[in-house]
Amino acid sequence: MQRSHHFPSVWGNEHKPEGWTVELGQEQPLLLDCGTAIGPFTIAYQTYGQLNASRSNAILICHALTGDQFVADPHPITGKDGWWNMLIGPGRVLDTDRFFLICSNVLGGCMGSTGPKEINPATDTPWALSFPIITIADMVRAQAMLLDYLGIWRLFCVIGGSMGAMQVLQWATSYPERVFAAVPIAGSYRHSAQNIAFHEVGRRAIMADPDWCSGHYLRHGKAPHRGLAVARMAAHITYLSEAALHRRFGRTLHNRSQVTYGFDADFQVESYLRYQGSTFVDRFDANSYLYITRAMDYFDLTVEQGGVLANAFRGTKTRFCVVSFTSDWLFPTSESRAIVHALNAVAANVSFVEIETDKGHDAFLLDEPEFHTTLTGFLEGAAAEHRDLLRCRGP
Amino acid sequence: MKNSRNAIRIDLMLIADMIPPGARVLDVGCGEGVLLEYLGQFKQVDGRGIELSMAGVREAVRRGLSVIQGNADTDLKDYPSDSFDYVVLSQTLQATRSPRVVLEHLLRIGQYAIVSFPNFAYWKHRFHLLIKGRMPVTDSLPYQWWETPNIHFCTVRDFVTLCAEMGIIIEQALALDRKGRVQKLTPLGMGILTNTLAYQAVYQLKRK
Repeated sequence: MQRSHHFPSVWGNEHKPEGWTVELGQEQPLLLDCGTAIGPFTIAYQTYGQLNASRSNAILICHALTGDQFVADPHPITGKDGWWNMLIGPGRVLDTDRFFLICSNVLGGCMGSTGPKEINPATDTPWALSFPIITIADMVRAQAMLLDYLGIWRLFCVIGGSMGAMQVLQWATSYPERVFAAVPIAGSYRHSAQNIAFHEVGRRAIMADPDWCSGHYLRHGKAPHRGLAVARMAAHITYLSEAALHRRFGRTLHNRSQVTYGFDADFQVESYLRYQGSTFVDRFDANSYLYITRAMDYFDLTVEQGGVLANAFRGTKTRFCVVSFTSDWLFPTSESRAIVHALNAVAANVSFVEIETDKGHDAFLLDEPEFHTTLTGFLEGAAAEHRDLLRCRGP
Repeated sequence: MKNSRNAIRIDLMLIADMIPPGARVLDVGCGEGVLLEYLGQFKQVDGRGIELSMAGVREAVRRGLSVIQGNADTDLKDYPSDSFDYVVLSQTLQATRSPRVVLEHLLRIGQYAIVSFPNFAYWKHRFHLLIKGRMPVTDSLPYQWWETPNIHFCTVRDFVTLCAEMGIIIEQALALDRKGRVQKLTPLGMGILTNTLAYQAVYQLKRK
């Protein structure tokens, strides 16, 4: 184990807004599910708070499809607030006075971790489509290597929404002894046919853009912005709900008093989607989008369990808090409930809350007070059961 | 806020007193988790809950309890046999669709079941029917017939008869009168007076 001598001087230092990177897999490459070994590879990560002396207060945050490690920092490209800004800080849900938070850009991502836009050292050109196919389990293996490097054996909690929830569940099944508490939010144990279908629409939109250049756009100094924007527009609809769209836009016209009898963005909802698409392309790599959506499509925890999800959790000691949102039709409550039933079937320790909201899948990123108080309560309860954390609260 | 011994309902107190320290307990229909919190605090119980109302679940999880949103009629089948020492069903039996099936599950999942329910044969309820000719609406049964979640009322006698039919052993039986006074019931609990004065009943059950 290459733990202590690599121990970086992170803890106790000032928070570094641009985050950290580390090269992993130098001695032992990472063997991916597709059969290819990758290494060395880079993982970019961010931390908040301080690791305690017993290294027992670490929370791993797993980001979603188009998320990144800048959970509570201004985004380095867009300058926008971090995607979970409101949850993180002293005294907040993920209390930085108490916990040490880690979030890493997933393997295959485009915010500093090795992915298709980075240079393949073997060819000195961007990986593009020669980058190996990665899975959720591969992302989690890379995160486990990061934790080995940081000298953290056991996580107090793994938490994440959407694709982050997939990683949380993968953590709980791949490394059950390293996870004290797990919080999968708005997720599923397998990607549904409908969700695979939406992803396929996005991928075809990217590939249909002539600027995609069969994946080699970087080599040609181009980028498939139109295709990627359409992919984002389609996906964005799935993150919302009919009620949310209606409340926000209705059939209101965009900067005009009547329809133009043409194909301009007459409706506000059209202009909104176009804006979402156009800003997304500035911060996200098209090939990364292909790889990460594929990883989600391949996710199915039952495959190695003879089709029985409960087997994945047999003997687990982890405390689970499963959260879903009433208006989420991308990862509906029924999927979370299936996880809960599987956990019950093995007498696991599980809480399950469905939050009432009309904001759809995106609710996990938004200001939902009930969701936040639930998380706080669960983390409090888990910390009270955790010997080290109980002790370090001390007199 | 910490519970004190007097802070929980008397019927919950009777249930808590039947549970030994350190037991594994599943509370079906746990509400906001008052009993589970009390048991965790005073009996170091490893407790889990199921609650139908989302508001109840959110409050319970917020208190740091392990509670899931679920339904006694549909979700008990997912629990493995013998996974708990005690399964509690307090003031919920009469609101289930299939009380008999639920009882079977309670004693499959737990070594013991503790069931409490309002006694429909309580004299005030009888009075409502007999004199007023109306369905009873009282403190313990506060709903009109058209809005009540209580769809399967039974009397103490009915309950004892069903237990006998199902081969369930009654380990303990307590009756509560209107003033919260506790009376031990004979194992059969069949006395006319008991069945008339008992406002609520609490039974500790065991598999044969």
